[in-house]
Amino acid sequence: MSRHNWRRRIATMGEFKVHRVRFFDYMPTAIRAMAFNAETERLALARTDGSVEVFSFADRYFQEKVIPGKDSLSIEALCWVGMRLFSAGLNGLITEYDLENLRPKYSVEAYGGPIWTMISNTQGTHIAIGCEDGTVKLFELLVEGIHFERNLDRQKGRIISLSWHPSGTQIAAGMMDMIRVFDVPTGHAEKRFLVDRGVGGSKSRETVVWSVAFLSDHTIFSGDSAGKVQVWDGHSGTLLKTHLVTKWDVLALSISKDESSVVAGTSEGTVVQFQYIAPNLQKPEKEWVRTRTFKNHSHDVRALADIGTAIISGGIDTQLVVRPLLEKFDEKSFASGLRRIQFTHRNLVSCAKKDGLLLFQFPGHLELWRLGESDEHGKPGDILHLKRKPEKLLHLKRKGEDHICCSALSSSGGWLAYSTVSSIRIYKLQTDDNNLSITKVPKLPKVLRSAHKLCFSSDSTHLYAASSKSSVLVISLNQSECKYVHTLKPKSGSRQPIHLLTTSADGKWLAAANSDCEVHVYNLQILALHCIVPVYGSCPSALGIHPSSNNLIVVHADQKIFEYSIVEKQYTDWSRQLQKHGLHYLWLDRDTPVTHVTFNPKNPEHILLHDRHMFCIIDKSLPLPDQKTQFYNQMTLRSLSEQERPHHLHAFKVCRNFQDLLCVCLLDEQSLVVVERPLMAITSQLPAPVRQKKFAT
Amino acid sequence: MATLYEGFTLCGLLHTQNPLDSSIQGIEQDEDSDHVVVTDSTRSVTLYKVSDRKPLGSWTVKQGQLLTCPAVYNRQTQEFVVVSDNKVIRVWKKEDLNLEKAFKATVSADIWRIHSAAEGEPVVLFQRGAIRLLDSLLIAPQQPIEDVLSAEEVIRWSTAIVVENQPVVLFTTEQRGLDYLYMQRMNNNTLQKYRLEREDSGAPPLSVSAFLRNTHINLLSLYPNGCVYQSAVLAQGQVALGEQEVQALPRSLLLRLPVGEGDLQKASAVALDCTHMAVVGVPHPSAGAGKDFLCIWNTNFQTLQAGKEIAGRIYGQVWCFSGKLFVPHGKTLSVIPYECQNSSLASALGKLRHAGAEEAKSPVAVPSWNSLLYEEQPQGPAGAMGTKRSKQSRKSQSAVDLTLDQLLELIKTGPAEQVQKEVERLVSRGDSGDLQTSVAQLVCQLVGRSQAEPAFYTSAALAQLVRTQFLCHSVCPDLLMIALEHKDYFLCQLCLQMFSDIPERITCACLKTFISVPDGDMEMVRLDPDSVSFMESLVAGGAQQNGFSPTLYDEDSCDALHQDKNMHTPQLVTCPVGLHKAVLLNEVLQTPYTDSLLLPHLKDLESLQVILFLQYLQFLYLKYSQDVCMQMPGFRSPTMTQIMDWVCLLLDAHFTVLVMAPGAKRLLSELHVFVKSQVKLFSELGKIEGSLKELHRMKPTEDVGQYSIEVIELF
Repeated sequence: MSRHNWRRRIATMGEFKVHRVRFFDYMPTAIRAMAFNAETERLALARTDGSVEVFSFADRYFQEKVIPGKDSLSIEALCWVGMRLFSAGLNGLITEYDLENLRPKYSVEAYGGPIWTMISNTQGTHIAIGCEDGTVKLFELLVEGIHFERNLDRQKGRIISLSWHPSGTQIAAGMMDMIRVFDVPTGHAEKRFLVDRGVGGSKSRETVVWSVAFLSDHTIFSGDSAGKVQVWDGHSGTLLKTHLVTKWDVLALSISKDESSVVAGTSEGTVVQFQYIAPNLQKPEKEWVRTRTFKNHSHDVRALADIGTAIISGGIDTQLVVRPLLEKFDEKSFASGLRRIQFTHRNLVSCAKKDGLLLFQFPGHLELWRLGESDEHGKPGDILHLKRKPEKLLHLKRKGEDHICCSALSSSGGWLAYSTVSSIRIYKLQTDDNNLSITKVPKLPKVLRSAHKLCFSSDSTHLYAASSKSSVLVISLNQSECKYVHTLKPKSGSRQPIHLLTTSADGKWLAAANSDCEVHVYNLQILALHCIVPVYGSCPSALGIHPSSNNLIVVHADQKIFEYSIVEKQYTDWSRQLQKHGLHYLWLDRDTPVTHVTFNPKNPEHILLHDRHMFCIIDKSLPLPDQKTQFYNQMTLRSLSEQERPHHLHAFKVCRNFQDLLCVCLLDEQSLVVVERPLMAITSQLPAPVRQKKFAT
Repeated sequence: MATLYEGFTLCGLLHTQNPLDSSIQGIEQDEDSDHVVVTDSTRSVTLYKVSDRKPLGSWTVKQGQLLTCPAVYNRQTQEFVVVSDNKVIRVWKKEDLNLEKAFKATVSADIWRIHSAAEGEPVVLFQRGAIRLLDSLLIAPQQPIEDVLSAEEVIRWSTAIVVENQPVVLFTTEQRGLDYLYMQRMNNNTLQKYRLEREDSGAPPLSVSAFLRNTHINLLSLYPNGCVYQSAVLAQGQVALGEQEVQALPRSLLLRLPVGEGDLQKASAVALDCTHMAVVGVPHPSAGAGKDFLCIWNTNFQTLQAGKEIAGRIYGQVWCFSGKLFVPHGKTLSVIPYECQNSSLASALGKLRHAGAEEAKSPVAVPSWNSLLYEEQPQGPAGAMGTKRSKQSRKSQSAVDLTLDQLLELIKTGPAEQVQKEVERLVSRGDSGDLQTSVAQLVCQLVGRSQAEPAFYTSAALAQLVRTQFLCHSVCPDLLMIALEHKDYFLCQLCLQMFSDIPERITCACLKTFISVPDGDMEMVRLDPDSVSFMESLVAGGAQQNGFSPTLYDEDSCDALHQDKNMHTPQLVTCPVGLHKAVLLNEVLQTPYTDSLLLPHLKDLESLQVILFLQYLQFLYLKYSQDVCMQMPGFRSPTMTQIMDWVCLLLDAHFTVLVMAPGAKRLLSELHVFVKSQVKLFSELGKIEGSLKELHRMKPTEDVGQYSIEVIELF
């Protein structure tokens, strides 16, 4: 490319028409329970819509797996036993999840009415549940399932919370107005601690012991609805200390693994930490002292985990907060920063570029919108007058009670598909002028039962569905029917689910990424595995195949970017150069993963990426930024003259004008669509927080 | 901001022998604000109509005679007065055509200037410093004129200002490199002399201009190095000093004008209002070294507000009459209209506060009250203090000012009258910053002695010290209690007004005392007339409306106010307490407090006191809710919120007692009616809340819509 051309291209790259979309009413649901598996560093999270999410704490809190929820399913407790994940809820069932197929494996009826709580012992042999009918039930863990063993002595009143003594011989149970300690071998209730009621008007109300924690020295912590955190001596049954933490409820407790710290979550959105320390230097005896209070939530903190280096909390305000304990970190790192995970890392938006259609995925329905239009031309900063307003074309309710787990819209806008854990539905869309007609494709092949990820080929003749054991089903589509063609299977034998799927523009290649961090590339012409991209230690968070060069761009959860030439089966020169040069530290410091990769059809050098806070056009023809280079340089460039500008350009053109992004997509050369979901809009839909007196009113 | 408008030429200037000198001696205004009298440097006086730019009349003295003083207009007799050849006073009327035929009088000494301040009698200032009123001089023209100034002292500048209908003549003199300011008050014939400090260069001021602001005469003096100093002299009641000691006039640097290269030669500054000043002959800060500019500066913020280049030589002369500046330059006399508006920053920063307060106070007419009760001039307390002070000072003319330490020593032992006198002298002497500390020391000392010696109590001195506004309650916590003990309600009122940090305990003590004092005793007390007149109007307001006089009703007949029954008819309300008691209670209502701290002290009130106070609050509430316009701007009056807060507080503190007390039953039921009406009001407001919110929400939704197409640029 001549120097002259290069200059002109720089000059013309500037302006974009941005369709700023804020009508996607994405609403995450409240966090109800969580369980942290210290061995695998995975956090399991249950939301009030029954969905379960697994975050990998070793991999920058990447949302590795999402198990979709179900209507009328309410999970009250989660627990890990080794690699196995169990949940229990008010429907009275204990469920084990199939983490490879992202669905419940089986459910066992506990016959005790609604289940309020569930724990496993440290030995990993048993699960105990607390039921509405006042029983504590023990289940034995078998390889293929769980097996009811026995009830402990039945009590009057429901069992709200349980905690197993590390030795496994005793269980503490939080009930109404009291705590019981059971001897597990005999099943007898040995001790009873009465919990005081609140003062004043709440005297007449029963105190609910929302949470108990049994320490190995037989100290028992309890958190109750009167706002107290109480410390009991489990041997003598005496109350050692009462901390009035809140005027409202203490909803959750969590002990750190070394039992030096206990955290309590309250209805005020605070997390209060207690530490086992010597209160002053002279006295060597340690005691439990209230130390810190964190306020990262506006609403109830319903779920807590103290993982030693950080406190993880979640609640009604839907966000997952990782609050590092700074004394545990010697130097600044990714793990030492406060993280708030507000949005899912999955794509909920599909875009049909040609017609300007957007498909929004909700748990219960799909919405299809057509973007507005404007024939004006404005200068940067202008808001154009709309010739046509955006239009909601379709509101498609799902069938059945399972929530939608994935959806896809073909790039021509002619096909639409979604999947739940139990079924897949494919629809043919026809738009003539303003009328939209939708026809369900009947008689799907039997093999097509459920998909983790759906994807249409660019010419809309095929549908690819990620199925079990990392396989991909190839389905051919035509006017009248849809036919099973082939199953693409990985050679690695991975059983992990695929979470990313993309095809090339010429229809020749299909790339699939799974939770084992593998990326498989299939040749669709011969329907065979073409190659495996060298496995990198972090999970891919976005994939894209370049329309002209067929280079595969993989962005990982740790923010690394790779460009892999599918044809040559090796990393491209640019990718090697990027690895050698290193990414800018500000790029690596970003705290949300890149969730989309798209390309500029007119300019092969451009790659468009986005995360929650920015979108970025990488211009491969420009020099890479040094560590000393100003990384976010758009403002500086704007202030420079046209002559000076080329000397300050670098490859990463980051635009942070738009925030809380769910999707950024290039429609054509000079127009973009950004889907924003402002946090304010989410917050405004939350229920009112508990009333807090601020002044003497 | 100030603006200079396009100017116009009023007349040409004569050719003078020395091209550096202006050919205009002076410009004065006659009774028509559109007329000016221009006296040139030789022989003629011309009357111009400014808007028409044409002369209405011109008078000339004979060849060989010389006008030695600018002609002035005597508004009392509608005559012009001029001096020719230093000794001959000529008086003529507008209709006279020939100056030679006009009245002439030859006096025995050389005249420096005749000044005719607005509405005042012309004053003649002789070159040796003596001053005569024109009338008295003309009665006996050959009367001997004494020498006030020493032999080598010459007058440089003079002016006359009218202070409370009496002219005050100010003039500066120069004597062997020293400058003095003399101030002669015609009403009490006192002459004060101050030394004017010079700049380091030793140069005398280039121009001096004086104006009256509140009770002080302010002098603006411009020095060749561009510094403008402001000095303030008390217009009234200053003690004349003996010859032995000449005080230096304290001054503060107001503004340092840019001078360009070299010192200013011909320049002049004149104050336009409290914050604006016009300057000629000083370079424009952003237009190079040329000095031929007319500029308006804001002296508060030291900012240049407007500037205009003046063509031709500037003679360092400028006059200002009714919104126009008169500047002789080159060969013409130009008239340049201007406008000064108070800048919004000034008001925002509260710099205009005292001006505003004065304005609000001045139109309050309370002719009847003070004159009926006391044989005193109808004046505000400040004025009263002022006259008193001047009386005092005349008596003690020969006394020497005491230093602060001496005064503190005196307070320990001296008799009350002397202490009072000396405190007044000290306060009136200084505007200086150290007054703040000395005032605090004085008050503490005075209060300390009063506590030790119950017979010793100097009410006026304390009041004066409080009025300096340098005090607060924490400086002298016992002051208010001492005042209460001595039943000095005027001082109590002052303290309640001036102090913002009175503890709730003291507030409550005041309240208790005020409410328990019999009305009869209270009415004899002198109080701040503003607040009294406010209460008068509040009480009278109802009477006028309803056509009855409140005096017909006695205290207890506070008529049942069944609002719910006769909401539509005007209420007949009488004030349950006496006028002065009400005034004091109003002050209590307006003191800041914290309710939780006030509540325990309120419990000390007896039930009858509570009921009376509640009745009074109810009265205020009804008055306020009837007469929407009752809260007149400028008056210190309790707000509706304050009243309601106090009602709530009282009810909180005494509810059980009130429920039991039979006398309070009706009151409570009436208060219940208030609450009902308030609740109703709020429920009505609640109904429209939604629509109001919608209005509120309308704006932000405009820019953060659900969808927009925007253009951005990436580089």
